[in-house]
Amino acid sequence: MIWQFDIIILILMVVAAIISLRVKDLLGATMVFGIYSFLICLLWAEMGAVDVAFTEAAVGAGVSTVIMTATVFSTTRRSRD
Amino acid sequence: MELLAAGFIEDNIVPKFNYWIYVILMMIGLYAMITKNNLIKKLIGMAVFQTAIILFYVSIGVKEESGIPILGHGQHHEIVEEGKPSGEVITKDEFANPLPHVLMLTAIVVGVSTLGLALAISQRIHGSFGTLEEDEILDQLRPGGHD
Repeated sequence: MIWQFDIIILILMVVAAIISLRVKDLLGATMVFGIYSFLICLLWAEMGAVDVAFTEAAVGAGVSTVIMTATVFSTTRRSRD
Repeated sequence: MELLAAGFIEDNIVPKFNYWIYVILMMIGLYAMITKNNLIKKLIGMAVFQTAIILFYVSIGVKEESGIPILGHGQHHEIVEEGKPSGEVITKDEFANPLPHVLMLTAIVVGVSTLGLALAISQRIHGSFGTLEEDEILDQLRPGGHD
């Protein structure tokens, strides 16, 4: 565990979470949420949980971004908040 | 006073930084689930909440100066007899605790399936109401509201 990486990635994660909840465009919010998922995948590889890291990269960042993008394209892209 | 603040930061903020961030992320997710009006935004908040909980559990298993929980090449576990240690002894401080990792592996998969089901329900809601905003859906559901 490298604490410098730890602190940088954790702060970037909070920033990504706040941005993905404040962006009005739903496709943009989905993409920033994908960035958030890859950041937490990086954090788990750094904390020694490599099995959780590659599961998150495949399932969390990959599949959930894809299904959320599919939902945004089949419904609407605008959001009021 | 400054010394006290510096001591507080050194004792409580820096070594427990993962836990502070997990609380912050969890509150961000809870806030989004309660106050956001759009259903997709609510689901993003739910996913942030789930990853915050997983972050808490994985942070429990981390030790200082620990590596990944895999034996290196040539290392092997031997049962040490009483009084006569044979071969090299592996201490548990070299490895992160793998038990929370395995538990959270299940939680990630369950979280993604929850998200997929919720997005599918959102698509059906958009099909029948034409909107994803919560207040507009409630307006249409109210008796006397336009159909």
